[in-house]
Amino acid sequence: MDKPEKKGNRRDFIFTASYTVGAIGIGATIWPLIDQMNPDSSVKALASTEVDISQIEPGKSVTVLWRGKPVFIKRRTQEEIAEAQSVSLDDLPHPEKDQDRVKNPEWLVMLGICTHLGCVPLSDKGEYNGWFCPCHGSHYDTSGRIRKGPAPTNMEIPKYAFVDDNTIKIG
Amino acid sequence: MSENYVPSSKFGKWFNDRLPLLTLSKHLTDYPTPKNLNYWWTFGGILTFCLISQIITGIVLGMHYVAHADMAFNSIEHIMRDVNYGWLIRYIHSNGASMFFLAVYIHIFRSLFYGSYRSPREIIWILGMLIYLLMMATAFMGYVLPWGQMSFWGATVITNLFSAIPLVGESIVTWLWGGYSVDNPTLTRFFSLHYLFPFLILGLVVLHIWALHVPGNNNPIGIDIKKPSKDTVPFHPYITIKDLFALLIFMIIFSGFIFFAPNILGHSDNYIEANPLVTPKHIVPEWYLLPFYAILRAVPDKLGGVVLMLGSIFILMALPWLDSSKVRSTVFRPLYKKFFWLLVIDVLALGYVGAMPAEGLYLLIARVGTIYYFAHFLIVLPVLSRIEKTEPVPLSISEPVLGGMLKPEMARSDRKDV
Repeated sequence: MDKPEKKGNRRDFIFTASYTVGAIGIGATIWPLIDQMNPDSSVKALASTEVDISQIEPGKSVTVLWRGKPVFIKRRTQEEIAEAQSVSLDDLPHPEKDQDRVKNPEWLVMLGICTHLGCVPLSDKGEYNGWFCPCHGSHYDTSGRIRKGPAPTNMEIPKYAFVDDNTIKIG
Repeated sequence: MSENYVPSSKFGKWFNDRLPLLTLSKHLTDYPTPKNLNYWWTFGGILTFCLISQIITGIVLGMHYVAHADMAFNSIEHIMRDVNYGWLIRYIHSNGASMFFLAVYIHIFRSLFYGSYRSPREIIWILGMLIYLLMMATAFMGYVLPWGQMSFWGATVITNLFSAIPLVGESIVTWLWGGYSVDNPTLTRFFSLHYLFPFLILGLVVLHIWALHVPGNNNPIGIDIKKPSKDTVPFHPYITIKDLFALLIFMIIFSGFIFFAPNILGHSDNYIEANPLVTPKHIVPEWYLLPFYAILRAVPDKLGGVVLMLGSIFILMALPWLDSSKVRSTVFRPLYKKFFWLLVIDVLALGYVGAMPAEGLYLLIARVGTIYYFAHFLIVLPVLSRIEKTEPVPLSISEPVLGGMLKPEMARSDRKDV
């Protein structure tokens, strides 16, 4: 019995080696077919947008398109800032300080996308005077933080910078 | 029997020896079918018609449609206004999807009622469920192609379901989109896959029918029968003519939609071109997905909602092993019969609240309905199938008839004599 088993082991090695090489080959062939579906270079190239904010009155907001997604730029009133800053972190499903969500408390810049399933929330609606998503009923406060409803997290803050007093560069 | 079939013509024999297509066609015409099949059994044929109809009209629409975010919406209007009979072909295709789902739901509930998913037909059932899943994917992608508001936001919400997956969710969604939002790359790939999937469905349908022809059809009293015997009739002409009659009735209803209410099952918001900045006030999926949508919204947690929604479909695949009753047909399960109809009402109610805003009483109904849906399959069915005292089942399809009984349900007194 010993001899054939030994032979079998040599054969097993060849089998395992062949399967491994085959699997790597198949994987390497399939990867381009999968990766072609990821964002292409032309999509990635549209990475930043500059917005003129000089015309926005306090309490008003504009919505701009960045990477196909709406970005809310809201010039908040003093009451809205005070309301956002006074909330206790314990009351938040996704605790984040308002100060950490803005570069200048007057300007809230965030992705206008409900973190539940991607609808665009309506501004100045809902139980927390911020945003309300009509799709599945998520309520956001004046800092865009989730307060009530199925959305798991606060609305996302994109990468942005103040180029000068009147211009924001998103991306 | 068809396996030993020899064609009568010399050419036929020559051909059949090389490719036994004539043997196959003989098998299909002679195929012994239970003689007590009722009209609920005609939906297999109706569904085959639906699939072929969708493929033909779809290929024609593909000749005129332009899969590009800037042109798709206008190309649909071009089909509706300029293309000869374009309006007709598009309405057949869009209403055909609804009719397809109507028929498939009747077909599925037929199987549920008569225990057609039970051994030895588990594989037929699972193949059917895979077909159903592919149908939903195909219908969803097809609904995106007109690039209206509902198309765009439906696509956004459904693809975002994947973002509930921990860790890799966001990357998967970006991969599905081919960008950072639903946009042109999403549209073109959906068109490509929407064209492919019906042929995958067709392939699965062939396997579904093949698997059916191994044990043969289940029947309303759910007993195993000898084939062929006096309990069976040949498929042709007995079943073909019955299927054809049912198909005609079905096509009359289908035509009613196409010619008199072509948009009643659609949503007017989809005649507004896609706008990534504005979500419609009230977004709803097509009617055939509403019960699942209600389950999704009934759960106040993102991942939980997605898991329950997918679970409500996948739980059906386990059905053959959840039901362990000795009797297949619900005809002989008086208690389970009540729960079966409760399930039907439950699914219809979920469909109704799925179309309503997710608040107040609607939300409560959705939650109760979701709980019952899962309780039905995970508690009621397994428990009842073990403890319920079923009614006696006739030994053959002919028995209740020859014994002078009006209905198979009344055959119980006969049983002891046998």
